[in-house]
Amino acid sequence: MASDPLSLTFAALADPTRRALLARLAEGEATVNDLAEPFPISLQAVSRHLKVLERAGLISRGRDAQWRPCRLEPASLEQASVWIGRYHDQWEERFDRLDEEIRRIQDARGTGDRSTEGEKTHE
Amino acid sequence: MSDLTVTVEPGRQDIVITRTFDAPRDVVFRAMTEPEHLARWWGLDETDTVVDRAEVRPGGTWRFVEKAADGEEYAFHGVFHDVVAPERIVQTFEFEGMPGHVAMDTHMLEEKDGRTLYRAISVFQTVEDRDGMVSSGMEEGLAQSLDALEGLARGLA
Repeated sequence: MASDPLSLTFAALADPTRRALLARLAEGEATVNDLAEPFPISLQAVSRHLKVLERAGLISRGRDAQWRPCRLEPASLEQASVWIGRYHDQWEERFDRLDEEIRRIQDARGTGDRSTEGEKTHE
Repeated sequence: MSDLTVTVEPGRQDIVITRTFDAPRDVVFRAMTEPEHLARWWGLDETDTVVDRAEVRPGGTWRFVEKAADGEEYAFHGVFHDVVAPERIVQTFEFEGMPGHVAMDTHMLEEKDGRTLYRAISVFQTVEDRDGMVSSGMEEGLAQSLDALEGLARGLA
């Protein structure tokens, strides 16, 4: 099992119940009991899901041993979206260069002597 | 701004990429498969791509080497399973730095009104492999080269 941050975040997000728990926590802090209420699963099962979310850094839990309210920690979610954003940007850049190659082929096909136009095409 | 979409859903083993190119698909196909063109777009902004092999036919192999400014080299290779010019390529993809982790890529080109809709699906062996691919740019080079890239862009502006 990979333990790098992105894998942990993605593994945590892969489960619909955990995503629903996060959606609930986006509205504010909640205890395990609050969180468990709308779900047709046991308190134990909810606790297990919360552990996974906590390990992935997606939530934190209060110190109070009795209540231990859960709180959303948006940072690791943001990190995951930054990763995907950069991956997206890599493809954006790559395909910009591919656009240039496509123009190069089309220019060569045209008059056969338009390669000097190349400079104006890229912003 | 292009219409690029990159879909990476949590818990899945695939990445789906779509993008429209403003050219007929035979031109797009050439730009995607001819070594001269591949070398100029395939890698990252900050790497030089050397096309070692590009035997674009069923059973042919490919191998590209990415040369980073710091002298590091990253090589990738695979086998073309299916090539139907100019509409479809099915190939494997493997980073030589992580042998045994093989992805299968399907590239599809569909022409509409003189433009080409490109759609690619990469399927990895595990969810972890897929997630590793998405974050690999950060660990190996991209993070440290972002500053360099910015400097370069400023120098060129």
